[in-house]
Amino acid sequence: MGRKISYKQAINEALDLEMRRDPTVIVLGEDIVGGAGAPGEADAWGGVLGVTKGLHAKHGDRLMDTPLSESAYIGAAIGAAACGMRPVAELMFLDFMGVCFDQILNQAAKFKYMFGGKAKTPVVIRAMVGAGFRAAAQHSQMLTPLFTHVPGLKVVCPSNAYDAKGLLIQAIRDDDPVIFCEHKALYGHECDVPEEAYAIPFAEANVAREGKDVTIVGYGLTVHRALAAAEDLARRGGIEAEVIDLRTLSPMDWDTVIESVEATGRLVVVDEANPRCSIASDVAAYVTQHAFGALKAAPQMVTAPHTPVPFSPVLEDLYIPSADAVSAAVSRITAKALAA
Amino acid sequence: MNARINPIVMPKWGLSMAEGKVTGWLVRPGAKITAGDEILEVETDKIAGVVEAGEAGTLRRVLGEPQTVYPVKALIGVIADDDVPDAEIDAFVAAYAVPAEEGEDAAEAGPRYEFVETPAGRLRYARRGEGEDTVLLIHGFGGDLDNWLFNIDALGAAATVYALDLPGHGQSEKALGDPSLPGLATAVLGFMDALGIARAHLVGHSMGGALAQRVAVDAPSRVASIALIASAGLGPEINGDYIAGFVSAAGRRELKPVLEHLFHDPSTVTRQLVDDVLKYKRIDGVDTALRALADGLFPDGRQASQLADRTRAAGTRTLVVFGEGDRIIPAAHAQALADTAQVHVLPEAGHMVQMEKAGRVNELLLKHIAG
Repeated sequence: MGRKISYKQAINEALDLEMRRDPTVIVLGEDIVGGAGAPGEADAWGGVLGVTKGLHAKHGDRLMDTPLSESAYIGAAIGAAACGMRPVAELMFLDFMGVCFDQILNQAAKFKYMFGGKAKTPVVIRAMVGAGFRAAAQHSQMLTPLFTHVPGLKVVCPSNAYDAKGLLIQAIRDDDPVIFCEHKALYGHECDVPEEAYAIPFAEANVAREGKDVTIVGYGLTVHRALAAAEDLARRGGIEAEVIDLRTLSPMDWDTVIESVEATGRLVVVDEANPRCSIASDVAAYVTQHAFGALKAAPQMVTAPHTPVPFSPVLEDLYIPSADAVSAAVSRITAKALAA
Repeated sequence: MNARINPIVMPKWGLSMAEGKVTGWLVRPGAKITAGDEILEVETDKIAGVVEAGEAGTLRRVLGEPQTVYPVKALIGVIADDDVPDAEIDAFVAAYAVPAEEGEDAAEAGPRYEFVETPAGRLRYARRGEGEDTVLLIHGFGGDLDNWLFNIDALGAAATVYALDLPGHGQSEKALGDPSLPGLATAVLGFMDALGIARAHLVGHSMGGALAQRVAVDAPSRVASIALIASAGLGPEINGDYIAGFVSAAGRRELKPVLEHLFHDPSTVTRQLVDDVLKYKRIDGVDTALRALADGLFPDGRQASQLADRTRAAGTRTLVVFGEGDRIIPAAHAQALADTAQVHVLPEAGHMVQMEKAGRVNELLLKHIAG
């Protein structure tokens, strides 16, 4: 393809292209317009980390600054969606979802079902997830399982810039509410991304690496940890790991996971969420139920510990599942010992 | 360097290729090799392919281990005559160093594609070589310039070679002003005008073959010769299920069996190849462009344009190459111009004959271009 852009730029580009294509697409959020026209500020701030920077200059009033009131503007976005708009609401940190959970859980997710399919809520709620940013317990959680649990919501968590652009475009065009989770540690990650608009369908996992000995499943940042572990395993132990990037957590591409486990016989799921009722436990349970005969060993979960995200940098680094932890989990279920 | 010792190295198929995996040897150590023999299979992140021997001799060393990845130009085997002592070969292997990438750093080199503004929109192309003759490579329906991955460098040794992405394809403009054969022929001529190509040898694959014929008919003064590889436009039959399947496939599971129709050896279709085609198909405008072309060129599973008579009448020097096992366009169509053209039907090859039998096709093309 030849053109590398970052995960952050890819999200910005997806919003720009969809706002150009569809006049009903609007963007709401805190500080996305703030700073425009202020001394020394040629442009708006573009949100807390500048993801939407430049869009206000291009699309003007279709970007709206909101008060520090998530329950109000998420509710407004859902209402606008029900009235024919396609709002993209930036919630900053997914951790703040608590105050507006009723609008999401009891309203947006239910409308299609409660009104016999006559109402739709094509709203996208973008938010940062994940630890590693020294932002402590209330700005660092991986709350993806909370939303995956709710029927009616779609949950997306891209691991790279190509996927971020294609999945966000799909999310905006989708008629259902989508929780779009952006791992803040990936904003600088670059890869080849086409200039044109393209949509990646939901429920299509990506096989990021092919292998025959073990299936490692991850999403978001953990895909990169899984890939690093796979390289390490191949180098030290001659173990060829297949790495599956789930891309979307709801709907889930179970077929690709099951197909891979049926070929490898072993499963390791890597999840930055806390272990109980997590994506890891969900995948492990599903595979155990549907491909038990193919398993040569018990599925392994590599997750964050069951604690809030620590503020101490040293502890925070230990909190996120590491490539070494993934390698260790693989070695527990393979006969091959790893070389030192 | 011992001139009697010929290294077999990991090939470089396309500028973006940095490494390849040896998937298996097709000959055993000690085998007598003729130049052009297929000696091993290599898989890249794009596609699987076969390495052909550049020189004749005996396969004296097999160094590339199956299922192992090697950098481009790494030594993976040695061919030498029987009378070359083992010690000399061992010394050659021991002294061999992987040559550095020429010019800029390999990581920065990337695929050097260029773009040009034409009346049909912004078109992507690649250029190789500096020869006096100019060759223009035209891909088929749903393809792109990377379909010439195994040919462009070989042809670039003897000519100035251009490969373009047709409108609606690859990284070119996706909107099709005129989704017909004359419309695409006009786009090709517009591309030649934009780059100042007065006259070229046109090499077309599949739909690109029909296009090459159409350009030769419409603008004979711009065409030095045509080479028709698994070409459309030579008969009415075409695999309608393939066309419909390619257009409609939205996911990997649907697309892979469709793409397998393109090759004699279905294992050539790697996961990466399928993913790359999916990435193309998902770009806005591609679905519309492909459907318009399919409806215009291949309605109801038949070819709308048969050009053999007009091509013959135009008198353009013509080469026709088909894969014997072509499952998209019957290889029997190769005979449509048998009275006026050089015709070759290659065994153990399918529709992508220029990839599956790259060495032989390159040899035929070079001879054809040289006249």
